[in-house]
Amino acid sequence: MNTFSPFTLSSLSFLGPELVLLSVGILLIVVDLFFENRLLLPWLTAAGTLVSLVLLFNSPSGIVFGYMYVVDAYSVFFKMVCLVGVLFTVLLSERYLTTEKLRHGEYYSLLVFSTVGMMAMVSGGDLIVVYLGLELMALSVYCLVGLLKQDSRSNEASLKYFLMGAFSTGLLLYGISLIYGLTGTTDLSMLSQRVVSLDLINNHAFLVGLGLVLVAFCFKVAAAPFHMWAPDVYEGAPSSITAFMAVAPKAAAFAVLGRVLIMGFADVHIHWGPIIAFLAVLTMAIGNIAAIAQKSLKRMLAYSSIAHAGYALLGILAGNNEGLSATMNYLFIYAFMNMGAFAILILLCDNKRRGEQLDDYRGLAKTNPLVAALMLVFLFSLVGLPPTAGFIGKFYLLVAAIHAGYIVTVVAAMIFSVISAYYYLRVVRYMYFENAVQETAAVSISPGMTAALVLAMIGMIGMATFPGPILSFAGKSLIGF
Amino acid sequence: MDFLILHDGWLPILSILMILPLAGAFLLFVIPGENFQKYWALGVTILTAAVSLPLYYSFDPTTHNYQFGEHHSWIPALNVNYTLGIDGISLLLVLMTTLLMPLCVLCSWRYITTKVRAFMFCLLLIESTMLGVFMALDFVFFYIVWEATLIPMFFLIGVWGGERKIYASIKFFLYTLAGSVLMLVAIIALYFNTDPHTFSIPLLMGQGYSSIFQKWVFVAFFLAFAIKVPMFPFHTWLPAAHVQAPTAGSVILASVLLKMGTYGFLRFCLPITPAASVTFTPYILWLSVAGILYGGFTALAQSDMKKLIAYSSVGHMGFITLGIFVLNPNGMEGALLQMINHGITTGALFLCVGIIYERTHTRELALNAGVGMYMPVYVTFLAFFSLSSLAFPGTNSFIGEFMILAGGFAKSKLIATCAIPGAILAAAYMLRMLQKVIWGGTENPIHTGLSDLNTREIVTLAPLLLLVFWIGLAPKPFINVMHASVAHLLEQVIGMQTGIAPMANVLLP
Repeated sequence: MNTFSPFTLSSLSFLGPELVLLSVGILLIVVDLFFENRLLLPWLTAAGTLVSLVLLFNSPSGIVFGYMYVVDAYSVFFKMVCLVGVLFTVLLSERYLTTEKLRHGEYYSLLVFSTVGMMAMVSGGDLIVVYLGLELMALSVYCLVGLLKQDSRSNEASLKYFLMGAFSTGLLLYGISLIYGLTGTTDLSMLSQRVVSLDLINNHAFLVGLGLVLVAFCFKVAAAPFHMWAPDVYEGAPSSITAFMAVAPKAAAFAVLGRVLIMGFADVHIHWGPIIAFLAVLTMAIGNIAAIAQKSLKRMLAYSSIAHAGYALLGILAGNNEGLSATMNYLFIYAFMNMGAFAILILLCDNKRRGEQLDDYRGLAKTNPLVAALMLVFLFSLVGLPPTAGFIGKFYLLVAAIHAGYIVTVVAAMIFSVISAYYYLRVVRYMYFENAVQETAAVSISPGMTAALVLAMIGMIGMATFPGPILSFAGKSLIGF
Repeated sequence: MDFLILHDGWLPILSILMILPLAGAFLLFVIPGENFQKYWALGVTILTAAVSLPLYYSFDPTTHNYQFGEHHSWIPALNVNYTLGIDGISLLLVLMTTLLMPLCVLCSWRYITTKVRAFMFCLLLIESTMLGVFMALDFVFFYIVWEATLIPMFFLIGVWGGERKIYASIKFFLYTLAGSVLMLVAIIALYFNTDPHTFSIPLLMGQGYSSIFQKWVFVAFFLAFAIKVPMFPFHTWLPAAHVQAPTAGSVILASVLLKMGTYGFLRFCLPITPAASVTFTPYILWLSVAGILYGGFTALAQSDMKKLIAYSSVGHMGFITLGIFVLNPNGMEGALLQMINHGITTGALFLCVGIIYERTHTRELALNAGVGMYMPVYVTFLAFFSLSSLAFPGTNSFIGEFMILAGGFAKSKLIATCAIPGAILAAAYMLRMLQKVIWGGTENPIHTGLSDLNTREIVTLAPLLLLVFWIGLAPKPFINVMHASVAHLLEQVIGMQTGIAPMANVLLP
């Protein structure tokens, strides 16, 4: 690193969105201390997220802090996905926390801090920054998962996630140290040059290092066989946090996977390509087949989110910009459809029922036709059935993977998506074809919930009818990558 | 884009045809009152039918190019377009779809008593998507509307169906979905094997792909279409779906959804993978014969009227695939005509079963025996439609089946001879049904007080009866529109086979 640019105040202008969020996080703690009104917190967070989102598109791009921090269109795209995920989570939490009697003000500040962590991950041009961002994100999420102190499932989830997470972080650090030992750098752009100049492509120690990094990130995206923690954690966490984890941290982890694998180690594609292909098929198989056996919708969606990580891997596996932009597009669409499905789940959670069991959905079309219709759209989109946005997302992934020559993997993906139709359709069947066991109460709607559902529907319809712009945005953000 | 004759009027007529039912469906949600909703759905379907009629009169039968074309860019990054157009192969299918839909609304007038709004919504939605299937000239758009037909049908069976509706609807959905997902893989593979990459269906025709690639693509397509038709070993979803579906669902299923399969053979398999089509022809012909005989024998053994007609469909669709794959003008035009005929006749038969079910609440032959005594007008209709179904001379199916068999004999005497018993079987099971229903005795106590057809029901059946005789006695206007397209299609298939491949073979990557 010859052109080391020292820390200057002007570098901070690149960090506008992150700084806004950081101040909102601190402000939230203060507000929580001095104000009784709980409703202030979610709306303050939502406002902060929106400001950050606006700043995101108005910040200069560049590489600052001595190649440590990269603000490029690629990071902007993923930050957008993460911020959209947070915005949804906040809107969903507004009523949910009252129902669950979760009155901790830290909830929102932790949420915001984990988002700052994700943004650092996404922008990390150096493995160390990526690691720091990852830890900031993970530590906040460990706490969030365990916030339901009275619920033993939540405690178990938090502890399990923490232990497994710590273990995977250890693997990541070990992998990074191996790579550093062989190349003498943790800078990603430098790494790709060193790999070629030092002829490390077939070096075993280097491949072990790469493998360990890969494992750590597969753990974060819950790709099989590193998914074991996911079902329990997703089920035990507060539903709003489950929705959050399935979207934002996963997107951030995919961003790093994309940056590390395609930017740092594109020349080693022959080694990691087949591994990712195998992991993708295994993830889809385990996620989709295990979901069939679930009686709880929340757990089913947990397995479905594992399966969707498998689909998203199809784009990474292609190992080129086309694939990466397909994955980006998919994660964006997934944010909307998954948040929509969780919004319905949370909407049905009140004092009488939890909204988590499949049985709670019997006869929903009769008692709450609009809620059932919205759920229907999200479910069909999760299947990836035309004409929903989910199909568009899947279609790009298939195009990219077939172009890269992974026909067998794609055929497997298609077969598993038919299998997935079975368990998503079961919810539809409960809602529409069966009668309610007991008279279900009407749902009470709140402003946040309405906003979340409207936003999700706008996203669904918009991306189903005009799918072009998001893909070209993703594609353009990869130019010169 | 010389294959596409762009529509020169100021109204994009094909888009309007698709959007009318779609908009009508969503407007249903602001319309209060079940009665008004029914009239609204009827009005929308009649309007769509009225708008579609000019297609026939402005259609130019001398060209094989796609007419009334529309072309707009949709996803530029992947060269996905919104391209619509119809030729002699799709014209009659479009017209049949639009003309049948008002009848489907009419036949549900009294049959559907719950969730009328949602029912009419599904009907209008499925009309829009089915029309899209027959008009799409871009593969991605085609795939979207092709799969989208599943969703309303799934609800039609699952919500308004019979006792085993859940089983039937899920089987229908998963079976057909499983068949068509591989088609998507084949579509993308075709895209990358064509230079420049394109999803435009006409541009993918006659590209001279390598024979091994053609075979893979053909198999993927074949699976999707054979399940939809359904051809013999893939037919098990059909009886379940038909028996459980409400009358309108059965009519749509038999008349239009099944035709999407045979249409797929004509539009995609033959022109895009001609060499593979010729290679697989013998197997498909024998499968068709198996379907004809199997459907006939199974229909003979049914005691449920709907199941009987469902199995007869398997046999009739066997005739159609036979006609398509004999690969000569007679067979193919006969198959195309028979697609329309089957839509009219079998649709009408399902309507008839629905009418009797509304009165006696059973579809059992034994329990419906002897209604002829009380419902003379009804059984007159039933008799004519049954005669049409068994291809009695003077009715529409006679022309179609005759042409198919003529084509069959030109292709192979053995195969055509093996298919002949299918025609005899059709007579056997249809006459058996007629004999029971019309002259089955008068000792059935539940029949006293049965009322004959009312005006609505007569209005539902009469247009179909008119078409039965119109096509049966004067088929020329219907066949004339096909000539150019069928001749072009055959030239694509056979010419491709014997002539020189126009392009260097493009190998698998």
